Amino acid sequence: MRNEIVDSDVHNTLATNDLLLPYLPERWAREVERYGLRRLDSIGFFATRPRRFAARTDAWPAGGVPGGDIDLLREQLLDRYPIAAAILNPINQTTIGAQQPLFSEALCRALNDFTLAEWIERDERLFGAICVPMADAGLAAAEARRLGSHPRMVQVLLNVRSREPLGTRRYWPLYEAAVEHGLPVAVHVGGHGGNLITGAGWPSYYFEDHAGYPQSFQSQMISLVFEGVFERYPDLKIVLQEGGFAWMAWLMWRMDSAWERFRDEVPHLERAPSEIVREHFWFTTQPIEEPQKPHQFGQMWDDLAMPDKALFASDYPHWDFDDPDRALPSALDAETKAVVLGGNARALYPKLAGARVPEGAAG
Amino acid sequence: MTIDCDVHGRVPTMEELVPHLDSYWAAYVEEAGPGVPAGIAAVYPPGAPATGSPLGGATLEELGAHLDRLGASAAILNCVFGLEGLRNLDYASALAGAVNDWLAAEWLDRDPRLRASLLVKAEDPAGAAREIERRAGDPRFVQVLLPARSERPYGDPSYLPVLQAASAAGLPVAIHFGGFTGNPPTPVGWPTYYVEEYVGMAHAFEAQLTSLVAGGALERLPDLRIVFAESGFAWLPSAMWRLDKEWRGLWREIPWVKTLPSETIRERVSVTVQPIDPPPEREQLAHVIEQIDCERMLLFSSDFPHVHAADFGEAFAGIVDADFQRAVVAENARALYGL
Repeated sequence: MRNEIVDSDVHNTLATNDLLLPYLPERWAREVERYGLRRLDSIGFFATRPRRFAARTDAWPAGGVPGGDIDLLREQLLDRYPIAAAILNPINQTTIGAQQPLFSEALCRALNDFTLAEWIERDERLFGAICVPMADAGLAAAEARRLGSHPRMVQVLLNVRSREPLGTRRYWPLYEAAVEHGLPVAVHVGGHGGNLITGAGWPSYYFEDHAGYPQSFQSQMISLVFEGVFERYPDLKIVLQEGGFAWMAWLMWRMDSAWERFRDEVPHLERAPSEIVREHFWFTTQPIEEPQKPHQFGQMWDDLAMPDKALFASDYPHWDFDDPDRALPSALDAETKAVVLGGNARALYPKLAGARVPEGAAG
Repeated sequence: MTIDCDVHGRVPTMEELVPHLDSYWAAYVEEAGPGVPAGIAAVYPPGAPATGSPLGGATLEELGAHLDRLGASAAILNCVFGLEGLRNLDYASALAGAVNDWLAAEWLDRDPRLRASLLVKAEDPAGAAREIERRAGDPRFVQVLLPARSERPYGDPSYLPVLQAASAAGLPVAIHFGGFTGNPPTPVGWPTYYVEEYVGMAHAFEAQLTSLVAGGALERLPDLRIVFAESGFAWLPSAMWRLDKEWRGLWREIPWVKTLPSETIRERVSVTVQPIDPPPEREQLAHVIEQIDCERMLLFSSDFPHVHAADFGEAFAGIVDADFQRAVVAENARALYGL
């Protein structure tokens, strides 16, 4: 029997920002109509070659954009695999989250209401992530609180390329709101905080942009750990989405080794960074690492030792989509595959309790 | 005999550089004051645990004693001077030449075991290429030194003349821990604590590796060799897996890259062993060595006088055999640098 699947990273996309107009107050609807949205996301600096919208070639609905059509999502993902639940991360958060704070706040509210009304309420398998205006943690916290108790909104969504590292105090009010509502905070590929996207300056190619994402995630993990976020919010859960995970074991070794020597610089840190990481971080699997020698995936997995923190994700409708039937490597045993495909997500997100196990699948 | 591929002498004061500058720059320094570039103290806070001694380096005598203790036949001196933060390109290139003169006179002439990395201001590609050509006749300068954090990553076409000159002179390009350009040290802004920057330097090395692969410098310059210094090496397997995967998916964007990135990296890139950042289990370090799968890549380094968490001999004991040890401790460096 096939295992049920919780897909922890699926994208819906707005074909046009005009779709938000009915959900915006008059003042901000006028802003959209008169000025429009500025492209402030870093993806705009590169052509997403080889594919427009970085999408699968077969994911274009007639007259629409990839991720813009719920029926095509059903056909290509929800009905095709035994999916109990899919968590939507609206791709437009990357652009609207980077607008000026008040505009961004209005747009995020509108996007959340749009996603609830036009996606989540139309299919019981769909769950949502609360988009927030990242530039202002107070406004972000208010939006997290507005929707935090909604039974289908399972987490708060941030973009990894932030203005400041996510461990800095600027973001703590948002974490407070997330913890209050028992919401994990997901950090997803994308965003534009205005920083150069590597620690060594601007690269030239989409290849480098895309290959460079793990480095942004590494920076966020380092920041969240060393700035003491988890000492202040011991119940905070962070989900790293689409950042890979083969780098986590060595980063923990490096952090532990540095912590031993630099402890007096960060006296608020009472535990080894690796302990903090293993307790507070989850990660989605796509794009999953593929060593040429398959057993080395097993080595890495064992060294990482976070089998209960891995959440399967397909990243539909993007070009580097991971097929739930084929993506998990042979180095993982059946039991591990089962929890990665579904059980870990159910344990992390209590709101998935209502998601039905698909017919013919095992929960 | 051991070859130590990364040691640090103290940086020169501006007074010491004046005799090596022409009259214009000598007057410039005299009038502007004696400050060395800020980069050095930003990258190595004077009292930080990994720094080891004020201004990030040892005296000639301290270094000599270190080489005696190691029984080293040669050591490569990396003078981390902080040129990358200087905006006046001519000034930076003039200082690079002066530091190189000073290194030859005060260090290389005085201890025959010492070799040095050549300082250049890479953002002044013509000046950097001239400096490389000027020194090519002095075999004691064994590689060109660039900081891990640069204004742009080194695969950017603007750096090609520098890489070209190094390659033509038969000099590897060493990319070393550090670099203070004034840009945030992470892709997501400024961290609060030095320890975050210290740990995060790994991602600057990853970005440089990605750029060198994608930009095609390694394809265009078949003799170019890259050395990552004070980078550690445990990050290499995951970086190579990721680059291979990206290449399979995105090769059409960079069609000049014709070989699986990990193959090129294993052939052309070397890495010094410190800092080792030992994993809790010995077996885990063995995994990393197996995954790197390239005995040739590793170069012994102490990073003296900087202090690191683990000693190479202890960390690698029982993990690699005697041949592997010999290769890392001396033979790889001998072959790479023609020592």
